[in-house]
Amino acid sequence: MSNYIAIKNNQTIPVQNIPVLDYEDFFALNTGLIQHEENHCVSYFGYRIQDKLKLTCCMANDTDGNILISSCEIKTNAREPYPSFTAHHLSFHFFERELHENFGINYAGHPWLKPVRFSFDRTNKDSRIENYPFYQIKSEELHEVGVGPIHAGVIEPGHFRFICNGEQILHLEIQLGYQHRGIEQLFLNKKKLLQRTTLAESIAGDTVAGHTTTFVNLWESLCNYQADEDLQFARTLALELERLAIHTGDLSAICTDIAYQLGSSVFGRLRTPLINFFQIWCGNRLGKGLIRAGKSNFYFTEGLRKQLEQLLDAYENDYGQMWEEFHTLPSALARLEKTGVVTREQAIAIGLVGMAAKTSGIRRDVRATHVHDLYGQLNHQPVVKHHGDVYSRAHLRNKEIRQSMGYIRKMLQNIPQENKNRRPLSSPQPASFTLSLAEGWRGEICHCAVTDKDGELMHYKIKDPSMHNWLALALAVRNNEISDFPICNKSFDLSYCGHDL
Amino acid sequence: MSIVSFLLIIFTSLFFTGIVIRTKSIFSGRKGPGFFQPLKDIRRLFRKGAVYSKTTSFIFQIAPSIYFASVLMAIFMVPFGNQPGIISFQGDFIFFAYALALGKFFIIISALDTGSSFEGMGASREALYSLLVEPAFFILMGSFALLTGHTSFYEIFGSLHFGSYISYGEGTLAAIVLVFIALIENSRMPVDDPKTHLELTMVHEVMILDNSGFDLGLILYSTNLKFAMYGALIANFFLTPGYEWYYSLPIFIGVQIVFAVIVGTVESFMARFRMNHNPQYIFMLTSISLLIFIGVLILKKFV
Repeated sequence: MSNYIAIKNNQTIPVQNIPVLDYEDFFALNTGLIQHEENHCVSYFGYRIQDKLKLTCCMANDTDGNILISSCEIKTNAREPYPSFTAHHLSFHFFERELHENFGINYAGHPWLKPVRFSFDRTNKDSRIENYPFYQIKSEELHEVGVGPIHAGVIEPGHFRFICNGEQILHLEIQLGYQHRGIEQLFLNKKKLLQRTTLAESIAGDTVAGHTTTFVNLWESLCNYQADEDLQFARTLALELERLAIHTGDLSAICTDIAYQLGSSVFGRLRTPLINFFQIWCGNRLGKGLIRAGKSNFYFTEGLRKQLEQLLDAYENDYGQMWEEFHTLPSALARLEKTGVVTREQAIAIGLVGMAAKTSGIRRDVRATHVHDLYGQLNHQPVVKHHGDVYSRAHLRNKEIRQSMGYIRKMLQNIPQENKNRRPLSSPQPASFTLSLAEGWRGEICHCAVTDKDGELMHYKIKDPSMHNWLALALAVRNNEISDFPICNKSFDLSYCGHDL
Repeated sequence: MSIVSFLLIIFTSLFFTGIVIRTKSIFSGRKGPGFFQPLKDIRRLFRKGAVYSKTTSFIFQIAPSIYFASVLMAIFMVPFGNQPGIISFQGDFIFFAYALALGKFFIIISALDTGSSFEGMGASREALYSLLVEPAFFILMGSFALLTGHTSFYEIFGSLHFGSYISYGEGTLAAIVLVFIALIENSRMPVDDPKTHLELTMVHEVMILDNSGFDLGLILYSTNLKFAMYGALIANFFLTPGYEWYYSLPIFIGVQIVFAVIVGTVESFMARFRMNHNPQYIFMLTSISLLIFIGVLILKKFV
């Protein structure tokens, strides 16, 4: 018998089918799997079963689209520290820090068990942000700059501690967790489907379509429900529209950060009609209320199709001109090129996902490797860039914007009929495990759920792409000027609340 | 009549920033605020009390007033065509530069006084850029002193004769250098971005983060005054002495407006420089000034 089980995206399996290993085998299996570049860890979490902790590790294979699940039961009060996965591959650092924080597991060889978030339910209640020892380097020449937690542009809270040699950044420590709302716990506390869907919409306000699609796909799989094509159509369209809107907004923000006013205002103006289209479609600019498990309250009508086509025609023309202007402007290129580089080696080591991974030469895109909804029909080919600098990330956005426009136009040619009498959702299958992946505009979103013998949610695990990618920002700004930090930060545009949950 | 230039500079300072902001608004497709909005903001600040951090000393409290006074002092020395400034003496352009430097010095140490790491960075950047601008200004004014044989603003501008092609070239180059110096000294693009909200990229703005109320109003108004002052200096290259006021006045106002529109246009259509490119850029001004100097040597020797 194999020591893992391979599933596909959005596949539900009985929990008992997941092999339970002892820690040595579990460790050997997963640190062995990650040595292959095609594998990366999409989720690694633990939940209590009586006095034991059940660890589940999900490794996604980007070549054959399998997700390899293995599990292990350990004691939380063990004297001996457990060998750390992170010591073998850095990409596990986040998951192990979280396990350490939530369950007090001690790890041997973990380079830095830095707090993830200062949550109310953490094991060690004495460790607070007030007494957190930030990383320090003692030297007369160096100086520290602390930014935040209140953001200068009043977006989301996070603390950035720079250690600088003059204008040059030697080290950046990022401490988040100010927005911890206990979303994963709320998923268990709130019993109604509507409450849970609303929670999923609130994980990160800029990725409503991404997180909600992941949740409803997971829920439908858990209830053994095959979504009709018109539902899948709406989800795919919402994902691509969201990508289009946020990428355009990000280009505007990049221009703002280099003080290029024309780009800032034109891209900003182009973003607004896209977001407003969500308002026309479902009554909310962020797309809240649009995606529901097993049903849809807002069918995509012929009238909407016409409006969207007109909107795209107007958008495409202006966008094309503005991009042409922007990417040939010497003063803008001087700011973007060779700034904030993440090398391919770094990207693999820290397990980058999504946009950031694609700019460092890694072909990692759920739309192509673990297809869901209508992406199978669209035959998505990810855009891959190789320089890993701010310019690549801006350029990737441009390419993806054009790609998304193409997908939307293609989808609008063939709108599926609304299914008027849908099969109602049944209740979730008991003692099951489901994993759902979706490619939000920022990258790979992963939700996992485990149900108990009555079919109630026993554990819900959310992973936003930001969790992998924040470390990339810290690495990217090293040896850059401190004044280039805002532009590096904006080029990743990571989520604070998606990380803090 | 020597008060004319002072009054004119005060007058232009009232709408200068308004024109810059309106230009930027129009280029970005917005209607934009009224011409006097910056002034209204300053008036609002003047009516507020200031808040002082406990870590600051008296330096922080007196610095804005000294800064404002130093700019006023410098304005006293700017002539208007054939009218001297309120103060005019041999070598007044040196006094002009160091009066401004005194004000800047106090703003820099008041920024350090707050003990904030941001303001320290801003102070270091501002000090570096002012230091680099200085040679450009002195070589420029020194060249004209050599050319005309005079050492005060009034006499230099009063006896500038544009006779040969070289001297026309000199005048143009000098105007360009002064425009750039004004942009740098006023912390505008492409060296600094007055609109940014990011402390890490600011130069001048970050130094005044802790100032509030009346003090902030003084500093902001000083910036307007400085702009109008440099505008007046540039205008002086175009005010040929002996012209009647009804020629000089429109030229003066016209130059100020064109200057403001240029600033607005530059800020609309280019990105700002990377911080470590700024010193190279500022050094360029010194080399242009050296060109002017060589031109003057040629003029003195051969013409």
